[in-house]
Amino acid sequence: MPKVKVDGVEIEVPQGATVLQACELAGKEIPRFCYHERLSIAGNCRMCLVEVKPGPPKPQASCALPAADNQEIFTTTPMVKAAREGVMEFLLINHPLDCPICDQGGECDLQDQSMAYGKGHSRYDENKRAVTEKYMGPIVKTVMTRCIQCTRCVRFAEEVAGVEEIGAIYRGENMQITSYLEQAVSSELSGNVVDLCPVGALTSKPYAFEARPWELKKTLAIDVMDAVGTNIRLDSRGRQVLRCVPRINDEVNEEWASDKTRHAIDGLVRRRLDRPFVRRDGKLVPATWDEAFAAIRDVNAGSSVAAIAGDLVDCETMFAAKALLAKMGSSLIEGRQTGMDYDTSSLAAVNFNTTIAGVEKADAILLIGTNLRWEAPLVNTRIRKAIKKGAKVFAIGPETDLTYKVEWLGADLSALGNLPEAVTELFGKAARPMVIVGGAALKGAHGASLKLVDQFNLVRTLEDGSAWNGYNVVHMAAARMGGLMLGYAQKGGIADVVSAAPKLAFFLGADEVDFAKFGSSFKVFVGHHGDKGAHHADVILPGATFAEKSGTWVNLEGRVQRGDRAVFAPGDARDDWTIFRALSEVLGQTLPFDTLEELRAAMAAEVPALGKVGLVTFDWAAPSLNATASGTLEGYPIKDFYLTNAICRASPTMQRCSAELVHGETYAEAAE
Amino acid sequence: MADAPNIPDEAEVRARWGNFAWTDENQKKANEILARYPKGREQSCSIPFLDLAQRQVGAETQTQGWLPVPVIEFVARQLGVAYMRIYEVATFYTMFNLAPVGRYHVQVCGTTPCMLRGSDDVLAACKNKGLIKGKTTPDGMFTLTEVECMGNCASAPMVQINDDNYEDLDYDRTVTILEALARGESPKTGTQEPGRHTVEPIGGPTTLTAMVGDNHDYRGEWGA
Repeated sequence: MPKVKVDGVEIEVPQGATVLQACELAGKEIPRFCYHERLSIAGNCRMCLVEVKPGPPKPQASCALPAADNQEIFTTTPMVKAAREGVMEFLLINHPLDCPICDQGGECDLQDQSMAYGKGHSRYDENKRAVTEKYMGPIVKTVMTRCIQCTRCVRFAEEVAGVEEIGAIYRGENMQITSYLEQAVSSELSGNVVDLCPVGALTSKPYAFEARPWELKKTLAIDVMDAVGTNIRLDSRGRQVLRCVPRINDEVNEEWASDKTRHAIDGLVRRRLDRPFVRRDGKLVPATWDEAFAAIRDVNAGSSVAAIAGDLVDCETMFAAKALLAKMGSSLIEGRQTGMDYDTSSLAAVNFNTTIAGVEKADAILLIGTNLRWEAPLVNTRIRKAIKKGAKVFAIGPETDLTYKVEWLGADLSALGNLPEAVTELFGKAARPMVIVGGAALKGAHGASLKLVDQFNLVRTLEDGSAWNGYNVVHMAAARMGGLMLGYAQKGGIADVVSAAPKLAFFLGADEVDFAKFGSSFKVFVGHHGDKGAHHADVILPGATFAEKSGTWVNLEGRVQRGDRAVFAPGDARDDWTIFRALSEVLGQTLPFDTLEELRAAMAAEVPALGKVGLVTFDWAAPSLNATASGTLEGYPIKDFYLTNAICRASPTMQRCSAELVHGETYAEAAE
Repeated sequence: MADAPNIPDEAEVRARWGNFAWTDENQKKANEILARYPKGREQSCSIPFLDLAQRQVGAETQTQGWLPVPVIEFVARQLGVAYMRIYEVATFYTMFNLAPVGRYHVQVCGTTPCMLRGSDDVLAACKNKGLIKGKTTPDGMFTLTEVECMGNCASAPMVQINDDNYEDLDYDRTVTILEALARGESPKTGTQEPGRHTVEPIGGPTTLTAMVGDNHDYRGEWGA
């Protein structure tokens, strides 16, 4: 542990720390553009210059200089000040003065740092350089004249996203950042370069000219587009969410978010259900809440009632529906809309036990029937990190580009019973082996994959005494783990619900159900978007999206997280749990909670784990299932990454991403 | 970016060069280049491969060669490197042509030493022979480019034409060379100064004169 002196204060820094990190540990702010904690060091912006003794009598780039014992670092000397002013002056030579029309204005590193460390005036009166705009796809808008060539986007694309499609072409003054031949960047993480860009060169295309950062209300929320539970911040103005950006949470999403997380929000104001509807003479007609509730009461369902939870709902909604059903005398609840019926007797056997952050430590990984890049993009980036540290990845399933090197073992699940020697050998000597089972394989190979736990000793105690559980299941629905904890699982899956032929069926934002099988049921859709579920409903009760309610979600690793309300639901729409509370009164089965706090207390009383924010640990107990697997996987459950739920399908941005990036349509850029 | 290369239409280029592959002879050379680097470091071959590809394109088109996009992609596939990485290299180095050039690629050095020694005359000669900067002559013979220092300052001004240098130029010498090339001859390369062989000082040595005959220890004179 080297001891260094920063501005006269002696501190001890970790081995391998850079001078910049040492300064930060000492509480000194070092301006920087190219340096980023999660990317490799480039050292090309020169903004982080400091004076270091011993060393050459000139300022040094602190981001690329290792801290050494007995170093003296100065961050406030005249030399450093002059160096920063000089670098800033050079950077601004070719930077346009268009802050008033730049979307980065107000949250721009260049703006802030030129205020803090710049000279305050310019001595430059030659012509400025201009660079043509580049096309980078439907998410990223480019104004390349503003680019200061920090290459953060290039490094992000290569190192994190795993698509080497952004680069710097030409040289010297002509250097330009561009995507390969100006094609759309084919990454589901491309939106992150917008956050990484320290200037306004890469900005968000859907958000262009929408708002200034200081006029936005910022709400901390949880993303529901996949089961990762990305921590997000919703920026809203008035009644509309204008932007969604990731928050830093090293346990979950680091500081990334997928494009779906970021840009599906424009679907929140489209195709919304903003008033109740009742089906009369085969047509859905607008109704009042009283009429809608009366129609449900008139079904006289008794205890013949079921609830199907959709992919996006929060635990509160599911709990309220479950409580109502319990009052009515039914426990027919199911969350796996598409007919999955895996065993849920032990939640550990359907959980991502290694944890998302734990993936990085794995040294042998076997993917079984999962296209992680689409099912959980931010777990996929962790696997890339594991590979960088030396992990090896095998996969069973149809071959697809996961952005890293994978040894494919074919799409036949029977391979699980007879793994090639390369796999058994690697897993035999691996210290932290892990198996990741995807939705495609859960149907036919849940038992066979659980057998690997014994075969490779996946659940073990590591040398350092910590526990390691290498058995993982990847869910794709934000509501899944919470639903399973609340008991939204019948033994035979949704087929059990169908065969019970309930008179009354609640669909909590469930759009992927095969509604034809519920022909005899009175279908009540409680949800927020006019999608498939609403079309089949007999009564529609308009609810709130994830952005419009305070809710609890459990991500795929069993992490209980709470999001807050950013805006209010439109029109007559209400928080979903209040709908059930009001309906329960009409049905004469009044639920015992009047506030969200009371509901949460009741929920915590039933499932204690849901009462506390944080990671839930499920004790390992593998159910004994049929351990033979057979059948060939034809494909993966997600056919179109950008259109997986009702919010995405209502989002013009996601539709365009789908058309362009999945279906390969080309868009002519309108001349500006 | 007024002088950015005028990259030809992608669809046409793909139709023409989509099937680019090494000739048998170049395949042998490529294997030889590949063998120079350890396994896993194939990216090191980027520059020699691009050069080889450009030469092959040149041989096929009877010109000095250029790098159509499909050829760049071919090189990337040969090395197992992302297209973008090879594209970056091809655009970085001025020796790689991103647009077709003529049979003779005339690269006139215009950097300070050459300029002081008369590169303006060289450019004037080129202009009067119909060569326009950044363009190829209509007969497809010459492409003129002004480049930065080529390291021949001691025999400035100079031009590089294809793989050869022509040094110690003036207006007439440049015209002579261009005319000879146009006739299909191979003019003498290197310095054009009569009596000069390489870049030795004209009129005999001016420094280290004591060393001409035999070895001389200057160290005793340093302090003086």
